[in-house]
Amino acid sequence: MKSDRKIRVIVAKPGLDSHDRGAKIVARAFRDAGMEVIYTGLRQTPEQIVETALQEDVDVIGLSILSGAHMTLFPKIMELMKQKRLEDILVFAGGIIPDQDVPALRKIGIKRVFGPGTPTDELVKFVRKNTRRRK
Amino acid sequence: MIDTEELKDIEKRREKWETTTLPRWLNRHPERRKEFHTTSGIPIKRLYLPEDMKNLDYVRELGFPGEFPFTRGVHATMYRGRLWTMRQFSGFGTAEQTNKRFKYLLKEGETGLSIAFDYPTIMGRDSDDPMSQGEVGICGVAISSLQDMEVLFNGIPLDKVTTSMTINGPAAMLLAMYVAIGDKQSVPRRMLGGTTQNDMLKEFFAQKLCIFPPKPSVKLATDIIEYCTEHLPKWNPVSISGYHIREAGSNAVQELAFTLADGIAYVESTLERGLKVDDFAPRLSFFFAAHNNFFEEVAKFRAARKLWAQIMKERFKAKNARSLWMRMHIQTSGCTLMARQPVNNVVRVALQSLAAVLGGTQSLHTNSFDEALALPSEEAVRIALRTQQIIAHESGVAETVDPLAGSYCIEALTAQMEEQAMEYINRIDDMGGVISAIEKGFFQKEIADSAYKYQQETDRKERVLVGVNEYTVKEDWVPLEILRIEPHVEEEQLVGLQELKEERNNKKVREVLDRLHEATARGENLMPPIIKAVKAYATLGEICNVLREIFGEYQELIVI
Repeated sequence: MKSDRKIRVIVAKPGLDSHDRGAKIVARAFRDAGMEVIYTGLRQTPEQIVETALQEDVDVIGLSILSGAHMTLFPKIMELMKQKRLEDILVFAGGIIPDQDVPALRKIGIKRVFGPGTPTDELVKFVRKNTRRRK
Repeated sequence: MIDTEELKDIEKRREKWETTTLPRWLNRHPERRKEFHTTSGIPIKRLYLPEDMKNLDYVRELGFPGEFPFTRGVHATMYRGRLWTMRQFSGFGTAEQTNKRFKYLLKEGETGLSIAFDYPTIMGRDSDDPMSQGEVGICGVAISSLQDMEVLFNGIPLDKVTTSMTINGPAAMLLAMYVAIGDKQSVPRRMLGGTTQNDMLKEFFAQKLCIFPPKPSVKLATDIIEYCTEHLPKWNPVSISGYHIREAGSNAVQELAFTLADGIAYVESTLERGLKVDDFAPRLSFFFAAHNNFFEEVAKFRAARKLWAQIMKERFKAKNARSLWMRMHIQTSGCTLMARQPVNNVVRVALQSLAAVLGGTQSLHTNSFDEALALPSEEAVRIALRTQQIIAHESGVAETVDPLAGSYCIEALTAQMEEQAMEYINRIDDMGGVISAIEKGFFQKEIADSAYKYQQETDRKERVLVGVNEYTVKEDWVPLEILRIEPHVEEEQLVGLQELKEERNNKKVREVLDRLHEATARGENLMPPIIKAVKAYATLGEICNVLREIFGEYQELIVI
């Protein structure tokens, strides 16, 4: 893998909710920061998200959810990633996710959960710092 | 508004002020920013003066409340007669839990109901659909069949309340269930009062909760308008919504313009059915957001009423005065609620509500301060309702009609909002109307651009968000008692649904669904067969699946 390869990110929307304002802003911010961004669109199943990650050979997955179904859907996504041996992909999340749920989500491998009001440059820095280039 | 001699004198004095007092002051005290703008980018002047209103023709542009062009309000006495309806959007968990919350709110002085459905219901799926897993009862109440609706309205007489339903794709099915409940309670259909949001157009570019493609969606929306015109004369069949456009990221002018453009599209589509404008236009209702920029918001509501009255009168030749009324519901803006130092949200909501009331709304929902974290707790929703009651009964603002009229600033902004919204509406007309603009991704792009701009301004601290990008504290995640939906909700819901499917007359269900299939294929008005289907306890998902077979499913047009 060439070292000048751009960081490849999926911004994914699992769940039935349609609040895509944040996801689209984050997608644009990553693009403006020089990354390659794939935005999945709404209502992606865990299977679809992991399949896209595999097909697109991404380094990072950002999950955005505001429906409250994160404790059902995130574990499924992480389990599928494990099955497909994609554990080296950096996964982070954002949306409306109560503080109380964060420790459990970190335990299953979600590196960070960003709350509302996070500046986009903080996300960009986080991704640059934590992405391991995949081989 | 003011005679020319006096105006000239004031202008002269203004020029003098600009060369003496002002520069002297500015030399020592520079202004905080070089320029000030509203969220829509309208420049805010340092000082508004009589000359800013010199082109204002009072009678033609402001007039009297209850008279064309309704800038000052749709009713002659506004809140001196009846206060606005205090209507809190609520729903969570099972129908039984939400029924309790409804009764609590009515006891605390709420004057109208408003149902929040969960995502499966909104997407026309039953609680036992695989896509519904983890979502049942989480963001609203789960309604999979008439059985759930019966529990939801247990002990609530439909001739005593009006009910607003935030439902779009499956609006016809939920309205049919409401009609069925009314029939059971022996309330005549002509007495049923309330609103179905039923605004599919904004779904395609703002709220994005779509089931069917645009054309059949508008067909179904128009079926409801047509059916209500004949059978439910007190029902608002559609609530043409700017709220979601704004929440998706638009600015105030875009919210205003795109909502009016949608309104035009519904009128056109109903006229094509052969209905007369004055037969249905009086029951078209609107829904806007009240955001933070106070003067811009007040101006937006006033401009909206005026523009709609002009559109109905001039473009559609409406004769009945009620056809010209823009009656509106307003909700304070969800996206302005902050997760950090959340109690500050009480103040944001109070300011936004004040703008809504000074803007002349007919109905208001105040957000609860904990909604950036979860659905509202009982305490939070009571404070939200109390906020409206304090404005209504303590502040005195409800005692005179349209009190900000004549403010140089408000009138100048109202005129600017109107002008800029009309420019957008003309552009949309040139594109061939709303559906064609949706297919081109026009609205989606406009909204995404505005949302990104808003975020960049916030990131650069050009826009200060108190407690978020300024005035932060270390321990700002207040441990609030937030409402959590227990997993047993989904389990209970699945058991109830299973029992229903075993106990109902399944032969009858097949018959009504076959009949619905036939009516859909023939292009009939679908309200009557849908009412029959819900009464036979066909589920929401089963009914929507019949329509999915014929209409197809909408595939999102992704625009970043």
